[in-house]
Amino acid sequence: MSTIEDRAPAAKATLNDDIGEDTRLAMYRTQFVIREAEQRAYDLFLQNLVKGTSHLSLGQEAVAAGFAVAMRKGDLSFCTYRGHAHTLARGVPIDKVLGELMGRDNGLMRGKGGSMHLTSVDHGVMGSYAIIGAHLPIACGAAWRAQYKGEKDVSVCFFGDGTTNIGAFHEALNFAVVWKLPVVFVCENNLYMEYTPIGDVTAVEHPAADRAAAYGLPRIIVDGNDADAVYRAASTAYDKARAGEGPSLIECMTYRYSGHSRADPAKYRPEGELEKWKERDPIKLYRERLKQFGVSDEAIARIENDVKREVNEATETCKAAPPPALDLLTTDVYADGGFAWRN
Amino acid sequence: MAELTYRDAVIRGIAQEMARDPDVVFLGEDIGKAGGVFKATVGLYDQFGPLRVRDTPISEQAILGAAMGAAMTGLKPIAEIMFSDFIAVCFDYIANEFSKSRYMTNGQVKIPLVVRTGNGGGARFGAQHSQSVENWCMMIPGLKVVAPSSPTDVIGLLAASVRDPDPVIFLEHKSLYATKGEVRDGEIVDTLGTAKIVRPGKDATILALALMVPRAVAAAEKLKNEHGIDCEVIDVRSLVPLDTQTILSSVARTHRLFTVEENPRLCGWGAELVSIAADEAFYDLDGPPVRITTPHIPLPSADILEDLALPSVDRIAERVQRSLNS
Repeated sequence: MSTIEDRAPAAKATLNDDIGEDTRLAMYRTQFVIREAEQRAYDLFLQNLVKGTSHLSLGQEAVAAGFAVAMRKGDLSFCTYRGHAHTLARGVPIDKVLGELMGRDNGLMRGKGGSMHLTSVDHGVMGSYAIIGAHLPIACGAAWRAQYKGEKDVSVCFFGDGTTNIGAFHEALNFAVVWKLPVVFVCENNLYMEYTPIGDVTAVEHPAADRAAAYGLPRIIVDGNDADAVYRAASTAYDKARAGEGPSLIECMTYRYSGHSRADPAKYRPEGELEKWKERDPIKLYRERLKQFGVSDEAIARIENDVKREVNEATETCKAAPPPALDLLTTDVYADGGFAWRN
Repeated sequence: MAELTYRDAVIRGIAQEMARDPDVVFLGEDIGKAGGVFKATVGLYDQFGPLRVRDTPISEQAILGAAMGAAMTGLKPIAEIMFSDFIAVCFDYIANEFSKSRYMTNGQVKIPLVVRTGNGGGARFGAQHSQSVENWCMMIPGLKVVAPSSPTDVIGLLAASVRDPDPVIFLEHKSLYATKGEVRDGEIVDTLGTAKIVRPGKDATILALALMVPRAVAAAEKLKNEHGIDCEVIDVRSLVPLDTQTILSSVARTHRLFTVEENPRLCGWGAELVSIAADEAFYDLDGPPVRITTPHIPLPSADILEDLALPSVDRIAERVQRSLNS
């Protein structure tokens, strides 16, 4: 398992290593989609076209890309309110995501969920949950179904460092180990729970990995800005889950470039910290990685230009989309499609 | 036809549904090998095995979260929360998660699950193991809320809840587990959202739920014998969906409305029904509707105090008689 301490330099790499060119190009493209779409979401805020709140993953793209690209079709993602990245990484169209953020009829849930609840069952995105920790037990339940029915999909649950201090985290870890469930818990440690440094409020240095021993799990810490390291950790954990050997807990070290949410200018960060992390920007790092593997500048530029065009087109699609139909207000409260609570 | 306890009806209801559908699974604390703290799940572990009847740690959030995750991916879980008071520990799932997922995802996510829980007082367990919490659940859009009062209704309404495509909170009354009733043989499946007239009458309508149903019926007999007052008792059975037709048509016949609620006074289900009657049956009423409830207090443990708190047969009869004679 790759850890931040023993990360091997990628020099002298060959295209035919365990990851391979196609996968690397897919991971680069996925990271670039997230970067561009998240930046666009922020720009749309400034234009007041995205209302409410939003939690961006700028700087954390490699975690979403590495885990998603390593998945098989049918694997299930469970996300937090910071879920745009994981939703896009499963191949959900950009206009569906931006449309939901903008409260348009073309949105993923036609405006009924919003930024914090992105869900696309068709893509294996089983929801974005805005109550900290809630989705860890839910992912356990989905994994229980796979175990019970003899299905080989893995449930993958993403959460932030702050989640490690809520009860549901600990209940889910114990539960998953005792039942030996095919679930992978992924902590994206971006160093801040919301506004407060995670170290100020946590008994251990690594909020997820240092708790793993309490549940009989190995301590796994991954460089979350290196998509290759993430991909390898993900693949190992998925293989373990599919083999019936139970859950994994993986802590990915990363950093968010923006504040916790739209309202947060992130003034609490020490001077120079952001700049230091940007030196290891996941996209910059991976662009260099591709070049080391002999991918041409032109091929990289082609991916980037394609993605930029897709994001521009998605933006225009959303701007032109109507608001949701008013009758959606009362649909789908109950399975009969409506909201009737009496006869 | 056989005489069955309410407790054994729970076992029979779960077994009926698990035998019918392999996607029905059951999880909770002490439900398997131990047969449940109320002995209401005895034999299910042996009959259906450890993969379908799964003992959990004391982790109510994990229980309801796992039930939800299993339900949204194809199973039909029955989750037990031992005492309904413990719903407060895992209320996130009830209030924020499985009640709202269908709506928030524009219908993408379906959550067919049942949360069974031991509700209500009378067992001298004190304030944290005796509450009637149906109003905690009733106020949340997306949930269905059911509370049976007889062994036959336990089986039929449990079957209907398991087969229902929405999340159902199924409130079993702890003080009814030992009560008995005649239950017919064979499969029993009832319909959610249907109230039942358990004692017809012409002078007043009394609405009751769970343990309050037999008390309301006993009070009605007392009123008939001692005062010649003929009350209609309706077992509401299902708070959501709510059978307002049966209730309002009864009020239209009797012209008087009483509710007997075990919950503390504020925001009890009876308040909603009185509000509906005020809106829709005002001119049918010959007097103000009356709510007979537990006071706005936590429940005490000592028997003499708990008995004073919960609506009793005598209190129900006295209140109805006083109101009709005023």
